[in-house]
Amino acid sequence: MIYITIFIAAIFVNNIVFSQFLGICPFLGVSKKIETALGMAGAVAFVLTLATIVTWLIQHYLLQPLGLNFLQTITFILVIAALVQLVEIVLKKVSPSLYQALGVFLPLITTNCAILGVAILVIQKEYNLLESTVFAFSTAIGFGLALILFAGIREQLSYMKIPKAMEGMPIALVVAGLLSLAFMGFTGIV
Amino acid sequence: MSNRSTAVLMNGIIKENPTFVLLLGMCPTLGTTSSAVNGLGMGLATLFVLVSSNMVISAVKNLIPDKVRIPGFIVIIATFVTLLELLMKAYVPSLYESLGLFIPLIVVNCIVLARAESFASKNNVFSSMLDGLGMGLGFTIALTLLGALRELLGSGKVFGLNIFPEQYGVLAFVLAPGAFIVLGYLIALFNRYIKKA
Amino acid sequence: MQKLDSTFKNMVLSLGGVTLIAAAALGTVYSLTLDPIAQADVARQEAAIKAVVPSFDNAPVAEQYRIVTPEGDSLICFPGKVGGKLSGVAIQSYTKKGFNGVIDVMVGLSPDGSIVDYSVLKHAETPGLGSKMQEWFRMDKNRQSILGFNPGEHKLWVSKDGGDVDAITAATISSRAFLDAVDRAYRSYMASLDVNIDARTGATASTDSIAASKEYEVDAKSAATIEYQPSEKEEATHE
Repeated sequence: MIYITIFIAAIFVNNIVFSQFLGICPFLGVSKKIETALGMAGAVAFVLTLATIVTWLIQHYLLQPLGLNFLQTITFILVIAALVQLVEIVLKKVSPSLYQALGVFLPLITTNCAILGVAILVIQKEYNLLESTVFAFSTAIGFGLALILFAGIREQLSYMKIPKAMEGMPIALVVAGLLSLAFMGFTGIV
Repeated sequence: MSNRSTAVLMNGIIKENPTFVLLLGMCPTLGTTSSAVNGLGMGLATLFVLVSSNMVISAVKNLIPDKVRIPGFIVIIATFVTLLELLMKAYVPSLYESLGLFIPLIVVNCIVLARAESFASKNNVFSSMLDGLGMGLGFTIALTLLGALRELLGSGKVFGLNIFPEQYGVLAFVLAPGAFIVLGYLIALFNRYIKKA
Repeated sequence: MQKLDSTFKNMVLSLGGVTLIAAAALGTVYSLTLDPIAQADVARQEAAIKAVVPSFDNAPVAEQYRIVTPEGDSLICFPGKVGGKLSGVAIQSYTKKGFNGVIDVMVGLSPDGSIVDYSVLKHAETPGLGSKMQEWFRMDKNRQSILGFNPGEHKLWVSKDGGDVDAITAATISSRAFLDAVDRAYRSYMASLDVNIDARTGATASTDSIAASKEYEVDAKSAATIEYQPSEKEEATHE
C-alpha cells in the first residue's frame, strides 16, 4: 500500500520537475526531440535508482555508524560521479547497443541535480531501503514523463511563429509553467 | 581597478549573466525564489561557493593533472559547499531551513563547475576571484529580481513589505508554475531590451 | 610553474592531497561549528517554548522528558514552572499527514490540557496556503482560533469534518494535519498524566482533567470512526 502511495505521489503529485524543481537543466537541455528525451529518461532512470541504493547503503552502514553525517554532500557526489563512470565502462563492455542508446547522456548525469537531490531526499524522509528504491524509480518515471511530454510540445512549437524575444528558452519556460499548472491538478489525490 | 578587471566583473553581471544568458543553474533559480529574501539568500550562498572555489582552483590548477581535474574540482567545490552548510546551520539556521535541499545541491549547480573549468583553470587567482564575484552577483541579482517579482505578483509584498493588499495576489505565482512563467518572461525582456534581440 | 603531467603517480598524489586537505578543513570547521549549531538548536527550542508557555522561571530545556503518544511513539515535553509549580508545558509534536510531509509544531498546554498557544517549527506546506497556519489558528475570526481551546471540551478537527475549527481557506489538508499534530500533543500529555497518577497512586492532579481526557478519548474514537477513518479508507481504496 505505502509503495503505491510513494509511486503515485512521486510521479504525479510531487513530480520532480514540475513541483520539486530538480533536474531542470537536462529537462530544458535535451527536450527538443522525443527521441533524445527517451534516451535521457532511460539513462536517468537507471543511474537514479542505482545511485539511490548505493548512497542509502553508504549513509546507513558507513556515515551514520561513524558519526560522519556532515560529510554527506561530499561523499554522495563523489559516489555518484564514480558510479556514473563505472556504469559507462560496464555498459560499454556488456551491452554495446544499450551503451549506444544511453552513452552520450551518461556524462551529463553527474551534474543532474535530480540524482543527488533524490539521494539526499530519501535520507531526509527516513525511507527504508525498499521504499527508497521505489521512490527513486518512480521519481525517474516522473522525470521521464515530464521530459517526453515537454519534448512532444516543443517539437510542435518549432513550427510556430514566435516573437523574436520569446524564441527558445523563454517560450519553453512558459510552456513548462503551463504543464506545471496542469500537474497541480493532481494535488491531493494521495 | 583596471579596465580588464572591470570587464571581467561586469561580464558575469550582464554579458554572460548565468541565469538570463548562460541559462545555467536553473534548479535553484526556480526552486528557491518563492520570495525575495530566499532568492537573495540563495544567490549569496552560491556567490560564496563561486568565489572561494574559483580562487582555490586557480591557485592549485597546476598541481592537478589534467585527467583528474574534474574529480579534483568536484572535491574542492563540495568542500566549500559543506563548509557553507555547517556555517549556515550555526549562524543563520532559519535561512538554512527555508532553502533546504538546495544548499547541498550547489555542488551540482552547473555554474560553479562551468566557471571552474572554463575560467579558473586558465586564469590567475585575482581575476578568478573577480569572475566568481561577477557571476555570483549576476546570479544573486537574477534570483532576487525573480523572487521579488513572484512575491509581488503572488502576495502583494516585496521583502515582506506590503505593496498592495494580499487578496489581490495571484497565488499561482508563488507556486511552481509561476516560477517557470515569470522566469520565461524575464528572459524574454532581457533578450528584448539588454541584448536588443 | 609547470603543469603536472598526467602520470599515474601524479594523479594519485594530487587527488589524495586535495582530499586530505579537504577532509582536514572540513573536520576543523565541523568541530568549530559543533557548539554554535547545538546552541542555535537550543535557542530555537527556547524561543518556541517562550512563545507558547505563559511564564516560567525554570529551564524547560534542561528539564525535558519524553511522553508516549497513543501510537507508541514519543514526544519531547518541556515543563514550564513558576516557583516550582507547573505553569504549563510545551510539547514538541508532529504530524505526517501534511500536504508536503512532516509538520513539527510546538504546542503549549496549560496544566489542565487547554491550548495556550502554538508555534510551527518546521513545515514544507505550500507558501501562501498551508503556510498560513502560523497565523491562521490564532486569529479571532469566525471559528479559526484554537487558543484557549480545551480539546476535551471542544471538537478539535476542521468544520468540514464536523469539528469546531475553521480550516484555512483552500488548505484543508494542511489544516487537518496541523490539528492532528496539536491533538497528538494533547492526547499524549493527558495519557502521561494518567500514567503518572497511576504511578504515584492518587497524587494531586485534579480528577476533572482525567475524566475530561477519558471522555474525550471515547468522544474522539466514536467521532473518528464516523468522520475521519472512512474518508481515509475511501481515499486508500481509490488508489
